[in-house]
Amino acid sequence: MESHFKLPWREKTALIARHLKGNVRFFAATVLCSCASMVFHAMTPQIIGVTVDSILDDKQPSLPKWALDLMPLDWLRADPIRALWIAAGAVLVVELIYGVLVYGRRATLARGSEGFVKSLRDALYRHIEHLSFDWHTANSTGDIIQRCTSDVEVIRTFVCNQLTEVIRTVFLIFLYVSIMLSMNLTVSLVCLVFIPVVGLFSGVFYKGISGRFKVADEAEGEVTTCAQENFTGVRVVRAFGRERFEVDRFNEKNDRFSDLWVRLGRLLAVYWASGTLLTSLQVMAVIAAGTVEAVRGNLSVGSFTVLVTYGSSLAWPVRSLGRVLSDMSKAGVSLDRVGYILSAKEEQDLPEAENVALNGDIVFDHVTFGYGGQRVLEDVSFTIPRGSTFAILGGTGSGKSTLVHLLDRLYDLGDGQGAITVGGTDIRHIKREDLRRQIGLVLQEPFLFSKTIRENIAATRPEAAGEELRSAAAVACVDEAIAELKDGWDTVVGERGVTLSGGQKQRVAMARMLVQDAPVMIFDDSLSAVDAETDVKIRAALRERVKGATVILISHRVTTLMQADRILVLDNGRVADIGTHAELIARPGIYKDIYDIQMSSDDRRLIEEGGNP
Amino acid sequence: MDEQEYTKEFDLSIWKRLLPILAKYKWIYAALILAELVWSAVEVMVPLFQRYAIAEFISRSTLTGFVPFLLFYTAALVTQFFVSIGESQATMYIEMYLGRDMRRDMFRHLQTLSLSYYNVTPVGYLIARVMSDTSRIAGMLAWAFLDILSSSCYVVGALAAMLLLNWRLALVVIVIVPVIAVLTVWFQPRILHWNRRVRKLNSKITGAFNEGITGAKTIKTLVMEDRSVRDFEAATGEMYTAGVKAAKLNAMFIPLVMFFSSAAVAIVLLRGGYMTADGALEIATLSAFITYAVGIFEPVQNVASSIAEFISLQASIERVTSLLAEEPTVTDTPEVIEKYGDVFDPKRENWEPLKGDIEFKDVTFRYPDGGENVLEHFDLHIPAGTTVAIVGETGAGKSTLVNLACRFFEPTQGQILIDGRDYRERSQLWLHSNIGYVLQNPHLFSGSVKENIRYGKLDATDEEIAAAAKAVSADTVVAKLEQGWDSDVGEEGDRLSTGEKQLISFARAVLADPRIFVLDEATSSIDTQTEQYIQNAIDHLLKDRTSFLIAHRLSTIRKADLILVVRDGKIVERGTHLELLKKRGYYHDLYSRQFAEESAARVLGA
Repeated sequence: MESHFKLPWREKTALIARHLKGNVRFFAATVLCSCASMVFHAMTPQIIGVTVDSILDDKQPSLPKWALDLMPLDWLRADPIRALWIAAGAVLVVELIYGVLVYGRRATLARGSEGFVKSLRDALYRHIEHLSFDWHTANSTGDIIQRCTSDVEVIRTFVCNQLTEVIRTVFLIFLYVSIMLSMNLTVSLVCLVFIPVVGLFSGVFYKGISGRFKVADEAEGEVTTCAQENFTGVRVVRAFGRERFEVDRFNEKNDRFSDLWVRLGRLLAVYWASGTLLTSLQVMAVIAAGTVEAVRGNLSVGSFTVLVTYGSSLAWPVRSLGRVLSDMSKAGVSLDRVGYILSAKEEQDLPEAENVALNGDIVFDHVTFGYGGQRVLEDVSFTIPRGSTFAILGGTGSGKSTLVHLLDRLYDLGDGQGAITVGGTDIRHIKREDLRRQIGLVLQEPFLFSKTIRENIAATRPEAAGEELRSAAAVACVDEAIAELKDGWDTVVGERGVTLSGGQKQRVAMARMLVQDAPVMIFDDSLSAVDAETDVKIRAALRERVKGATVILISHRVTTLMQADRILVLDNGRVADIGTHAELIARPGIYKDIYDIQMSSDDRRLIEEGGNP
Repeated sequence: MDEQEYTKEFDLSIWKRLLPILAKYKWIYAALILAELVWSAVEVMVPLFQRYAIAEFISRSTLTGFVPFLLFYTAALVTQFFVSIGESQATMYIEMYLGRDMRRDMFRHLQTLSLSYYNVTPVGYLIARVMSDTSRIAGMLAWAFLDILSSSCYVVGALAAMLLLNWRLALVVIVIVPVIAVLTVWFQPRILHWNRRVRKLNSKITGAFNEGITGAKTIKTLVMEDRSVRDFEAATGEMYTAGVKAAKLNAMFIPLVMFFSSAAVAIVLLRGGYMTADGALEIATLSAFITYAVGIFEPVQNVASSIAEFISLQASIERVTSLLAEEPTVTDTPEVIEKYGDVFDPKRENWEPLKGDIEFKDVTFRYPDGGENVLEHFDLHIPAGTTVAIVGETGAGKSTLVNLACRFFEPTQGQILIDGRDYRERSQLWLHSNIGYVLQNPHLFSGSVKENIRYGKLDATDEEIAAAAKAVSADTVVAKLEQGWDSDVGEEGDRLSTGEKQLISFARAVLADPRIFVLDEATSSIDTQTEQYIQNAIDHLLKDRTSFLIAHRLSTIRKADLILVVRDGKIVERGTHLELLKKRGYYHDLYSRQFAEESAARVLGA
């Protein structure tokens, strides 16, 4: 597991940029709407201020000259009633535009944000599906899912919420402060002093407390684990009569988790209250400074109210800015974790690879292979004639599954590891998809999708007719079992549906493979969970069905193996023997030993052999 | 987890079920309400301070009395500061301890529920109830309550202040309040609906990731990559639509509320302007009014949406309380509890020793979740010390007999006697304390190897643990681990292999020294050396005990004094190994097949 993977800074930006593409216009619109809305939002207090000063009182608003020149103050003063109507109307119009802009900001951000996260998720999924089998075995499912969900969410928050929030807040501070400065220097400076104090306080506090958050979160994880283990292990708990012990253990963890949060809450409470106190003090300072300035005649009443309003409006954004900035560091780690997946290499075909029909003999030519430093196959050579049935016998770890993986190109042979050819073409020169499409494979522990049985059986060819599916199910002897299910062919299986038994799963998987209609079929011990009678029935039906196809069987049962045209005995990664059934039982060796035991298992032998292993 | 739709009407009786849980916190709630009154009073005062500054200092162009004014202002803010700290702490206290109480009650209750409940309830469902629902309920009862309280206090206070300052102008503002409330009532359920949909789609996408990763090999061999990517993109496409829809509703709601509140401001400006021009209103009062008009609508909307969210809590409350109301199907009678104690407070001094003689007397049984009778008028006597093997195909129902003998389920009709007495005459814990159980997929708990073995006997010394481990060769596992006895086995023991886990769980059973031993044998292949250890361990455990072996391996089956053969849930044959072979029936078929497999494996492995 690559847990310390670091994505270079430049590639982090590139990763974000790649998924922003196509959504850039939404984000641009978000920022634009956001800034424009701030401008309009700043206008309402000014309208009120000017009204108070120029219409109700008879003063000059404390505004720069150019702004005063824009307003027909004398005309407004001429008829105060008319002026009030105009002011009220102006407030409505400005707020209406502001409302529309806020809607625009949120709606475009939603599109941009959803588009961004969709693009990222899709890319991850597509990439994961095309990563090598090797990669999949090396990484744990839970960890990958964590990266694809939680980490993606952190990145989304960073790009879509935090970045736009920072832009917005910075613009807001800039806008308000510059307006305030143009109105009254003293009051503005008093207000400005608080901005870095509040921002820093917020940021430093959050940074300091984040460790405690982590501890408290982990404590919650422990409670969950404790409950989960109790529920899954309920039989063990009951069988040992450990209910009391379990309750005590759970309570201890539950108490610890709650206490940690309550203690954390004490700190948070101080932080929240201090933040509020600081911002209230900021407003008070503006009121105090404004009062002094107004009394001195440097500030009009209306402008005083404007400054107080601006002062209060600045308080919250500054507080959240500090917090957002200290939170943003999380995104770097998440980008590393997601980047780890996206920069893994996908399966790739050679440039000269082409589509080839698998209608020749399959030849393993001096194949030597291993993984994790361990040799699995050692100089293995054999030929499977086209249209024949070929069986492989081997123990656990003999390398028989590796043979199959190599033929299906789940692993590729490197240079000097020999070659596998079909009809004379090295399979590395065949397009991977084309090759796999022509090889049908049933595994011992098959994987079914959380879909209906019909969709599972028709997985490779959703367009296949119902008749075709039914006949495949009949060959696999699973048609009756399907009919017995409550929803029949529409029964959903797997995690979100009905659990099938091992034998049923194997038979559904076999039907699925038959629908694929491949010229090469591999049965990797795929009837091990099926009882003897059914096994015989399936094999008979199969023989009818697969005429002309090349069939590879892997099994322990001599009765299964002996139907093959040729049998390969694999022992510790080497070819121990190869030949027809008749040849193999004619000479001493592993095959004959097994044949003797299995075929002569009469009662006496069962008892004797059984008595002395 | 599964997000069931609960679109039920508001039902007060469900909410009343919360009262006993809340009772403990009534004084804190009372203090919270008191604190909130103080907090809101200060909040309402701030515009008045502004008004005072304009009226007393700016309009009169004097700073006389300015310092006392500032001191009073500061004092109010500092008071608010302390009240606010207390308030947040109290709310956090309520949230966490209320959640803790509910989790504790649920967990404890779940320990008393019967296995039949666990058989039909997925673990994920239970976790969601115990963890998510409880924290949602606790969070809402704490923070949403505080929100509603503080917002409504402020609204009432601000309205009162406005009415006092100028009741005619106040009426103008009050007219807008119901408009905001109506808006919220219209929007909030729709927003909640779409949020729920987004959550649902989110878990669907997580599920799709899971399937795409665990099924990667199959997807590759079937060459379904593109199709599976298309399916995934369809799911994220749905998410996109729902996400945008949910956000747009929100995006529409907030500006609407803001617009109506600015309408109030405009009206105040107009009407108040008239009055000021006529000299009926001071400019200072007008400015305070405008501040109130701007500030009052957010709390109004807050109250309305918190209430809407609160109502949606009903489903969680229902799920939690109905789990707590779930009745166990296997229970001890009051007389039995009186004498032997319950699971949490056993009266061990009254327990008779258990010898291990078990008798099924005319037992008929069917599982509580329906279906047909799996046992009918079944009789079986198992003298103490007998080894019984149960054989049959996977999923044939081999555990039924064990479930009954261990009293995880009780017979539908008939009796099961232990040492000659109906086992319902004694407590479940009495029986369970005498059982050692080793599962097919052995279940370990997070923690060290030592802690896991000690589970069998909580007061065992380290020496006893070492001895038990040695008896079943579990010390070989310990020897391989870096930190020996104190090595962490990981969540559910996932840092150990199946074979290793099995050896540890054998040691656990040995330490418990049970009179009845149950082994559900593993089917998965285990390396030869470990296999040998396991066989020895089984021999050790069978000695002098009544044992049930749910067996897969011939070597295990052969150890039995009595073999029961199960097919399609029913016991079809019973007898000794030889008797059954001679019968040439189903057992013969099963056994010869297993024999063929194992002999081949043996030849190949050699």
